[in-house]
Amino acid sequence: MELKSKVPSGPLERKWDKHRFEMKLVNPANKRKYTVIVVGSGLAGGAAAASLSELGYNVKCFCFQDSPRRAHSIAAQGGINAAKNYQNDGDSVYRLFYDTIKGGDFRAREGNVYRLAEVSVNIIDQCVAQGVPFAREYGGLLANRSFGGAQVSRTFYARGQTGQQLLLGAYQALEKEIARGGVTMFPRTEMLDLIVVNGRARGIVTRDMVTGAIETHLADAVILGSGGYSNVFYLSTNAKGSNATAIWRAYKRGAAFANPCFTQIHPTCIPVSGEHQSKLTLMSESLRNDGRVWVPKRKEDCAKSPRDIPEQDRDYYLERKYPSFGNLSPRDIASRAAKEVCDEGRGVGPGGRGVYLDFSDAIKRLGQAAITERYGNLFEMYERITDENPYEVPMRIYPAAHYTMGGLWVDYNLMSTIPGLHVIGEANFSDHGANRLGASALMQGLADGYFVMPLTLGDYFGSNRLEPVTTDNPEVRATEAAVRERTERLLAVKGTRTVASIHRELGKIMWEYCGMARDAAGLNKALELIPKLREEFWRDVRVLGSGQELNQSLEHAGRLADFLELAELMCLDALDREESCGAHFRIEHQTPDGEALRHDETFAYVAAWEYAGDGKTPILNKEPLVFENVALSQRSYK
Amino acid sequence: MNLILHVWRQASSDSPGKMERYEARDVSPDMSFLEMLDVVNEGLVESGKVPIAFDHDCREGICGSCGMMINGVAHGPMKGTATCQLHMRSFTDGAEVYVEPWRSRAFPVIKDLVVNRGALDRIIAAGGFISVRTGSAQDGNNLPVAKDAAEDAMDAAACIGCGACVAACPNGSASLFTAAKISHLGLLPQGQPERQRRAARMVAQMDAEGFGHCTLYGECQEACPKEISIDTIARMNHDFITATLATREEKSLGGVG
Repeated sequence: MELKSKVPSGPLERKWDKHRFEMKLVNPANKRKYTVIVVGSGLAGGAAAASLSELGYNVKCFCFQDSPRRAHSIAAQGGINAAKNYQNDGDSVYRLFYDTIKGGDFRAREGNVYRLAEVSVNIIDQCVAQGVPFAREYGGLLANRSFGGAQVSRTFYARGQTGQQLLLGAYQALEKEIARGGVTMFPRTEMLDLIVVNGRARGIVTRDMVTGAIETHLADAVILGSGGYSNVFYLSTNAKGSNATAIWRAYKRGAAFANPCFTQIHPTCIPVSGEHQSKLTLMSESLRNDGRVWVPKRKEDCAKSPRDIPEQDRDYYLERKYPSFGNLSPRDIASRAAKEVCDEGRGVGPGGRGVYLDFSDAIKRLGQAAITERYGNLFEMYERITDENPYEVPMRIYPAAHYTMGGLWVDYNLMSTIPGLHVIGEANFSDHGANRLGASALMQGLADGYFVMPLTLGDYFGSNRLEPVTTDNPEVRATEAAVRERTERLLAVKGTRTVASIHRELGKIMWEYCGMARDAAGLNKALELIPKLREEFWRDVRVLGSGQELNQSLEHAGRLADFLELAELMCLDALDREESCGAHFRIEHQTPDGEALRHDETFAYVAAWEYAGDGKTPILNKEPLVFENVALSQRSYK
Repeated sequence: MNLILHVWRQASSDSPGKMERYEARDVSPDMSFLEMLDVVNEGLVESGKVPIAFDHDCREGICGSCGMMINGVAHGPMKGTATCQLHMRSFTDGAEVYVEPWRSRAFPVIKDLVVNRGALDRIIAAGGFISVRTGSAQDGNNLPVAKDAAEDAMDAAACIGCGACVAACPNGSASLFTAAKISHLGLLPQGQPERQRRAARMVAQMDAEGFGHCTLYGECQEACPKEISIDTIARMNHDFITATLATREEKSLGGVG
């Protein structure tokens, strides 16, 4: 497999402009002759579907939720970055580019990241024009706040609901196009396979989740904006329905999967309260501005009430280990440190998997009113879930799987290794390297959807002659038959174990061996356990009901079947990457003082895995990362 | 704690439904209402019975997927809280809990507690947007928005589209949902050019979908998990009436011409 990044030559700041001129265009009258499938209706998919329809393409948009407005982008809280420099604090496109490359621990492509920073400013303009109610200053201008990994204030926000408001902007644009007839929307419809004809992506096979009908949809190009795969961990901050099926099916049809082991664990989530736990809730990282993180120095004190543990018996471990960044250490560092103290038996709360985030000093210093003003809604949410008042007792927090930097490999045009298959948003691997900075996911989703995909798709159509494909094509029929067979197979197992119980077990394996800290022994162990669990799934899962109705167990089983395969690839990738970088921490590769140790000479590449058939080891292809503009450096937060 | 559940079971939209009785045992007060249903469902599957279908996704009160009538109250007893954020500590040991889907002519039941809320999307499609083509926007700071207007718009924009307002309304009206969007966009300077057209078209679509009219019971704002105020309905009525008058004027002018 050849990996051509297609990043244009020339100076960094001229690449996108030059490319825009060089790309082929499609005549407005010809655009209506093309049909485009968009899978997913979040920030990336929704924005792309609306924008492509505005250009004149026929768009078919699919989502598994009952409405495109419910895509998981909606849950993002904090904000969206843009290099507007409205604060006059020294921000620039180049600085946003640099922060993103460095935050990703030098494992992303320079050209893509620079373009992301460039179009970030257009995103804010577009969203304001759509009526997104961003926070404002008294003069009526847009307000900003600061976020992790940056020394400038470049984050735009709408209270703690930024993702919701940006998504509603894209959704409203999408509904406008649906009403106009440019987009046909298929809610409650799940993509179950990709149709590849003569080497090109030409459609998808779907299941109507209400009637169970398996249907074929043909098109001239397919765009996946189907999100990330954190739910491989079972417990994550993702929505329950978030899944990897679309990208996994595409992988099995020939799209390379890049850096699957790059998964971000967010340090401040509400801990697990029991076996019944179905998902984890994130508490904004901003809480660490005023909260102090600690655990008891002695194991014996863990069961005591935190108020009965005197100051000298507390270990403010982040302040102790990272005196200059303290409680504001980056996500990966703070997450690992929490795991370490809990592994030592000093964790607090049910199961000993939690650390305190204590606001008592801040309340003493600033008064309760100031804390309420800053974090009131978060404190309320915490109390609603835990029934504990964080003004009186410290919060308990623990890290949780949150975002996946890995995804399908794409070139500069956001096209995968299958011609005609494009991948946008969290579903691709492109811009965040080994670690994503806060407030950058929304930026990337909208950049891909509004400003990159609509242009590069035209280049694909303009440069290729597509033959007509009909539903009686043998490759189309074979793909549809494979989907039917698979659905029937899931129903036919009639075993004893519930889907959720197997998913929980997979999650525990992944969290233990492929979570915040990994080593060869653990990864090899996981590589033994996962195939066994997968075998057990296909032998003993119990899916009741039929395929011809709304059947939530069947939906979950299909997604889990794919997670059971993807999990193995993640472990394989983690094992292969013999270095630590960003969120990927290999215990064997750390500096003497316990920090991530990169090996740039051997691992400055994108690992793009190619499917080789069931039961066969996938093929590792490498795209070398070339840094012409930034100097690679070791991150330090001491 | 242990509870007795009475849950609406309906195999499909065209088959009759009925309440079924289930026992929920060893429920932890720390469970969310949906996690309690998960546990009941796992028990049902283990005993060979088809689990209860219900919509849910983010489980943090923002996606608007979940929603059910709990003891006759949309989203249950806790004010300003979606079903997924309701915890079992709001119930007492031994309680009997009645769980039903949203009830409204415009929300046909698909299965058990799952209803079709597509009508809400069609109301948005009728005019709940600002027409701005991708790429045609000016610099964001070229149009100052008064802080108060931005805050009021955000209050209305917080709607999660769950449909609780419809389910709670004795008339089955979608006025709070429609008004929230009309208010969000109508309060902002960007929303002015289409303000009247938007109100006229969205209200017409609401009627066409079979939702009832608003008679100001106020049940909707009590049920709303985002506590959106019925003040927005006054704003909708204002914009709708203005739009109606403006349309008449246009027509009569046309006649003269």
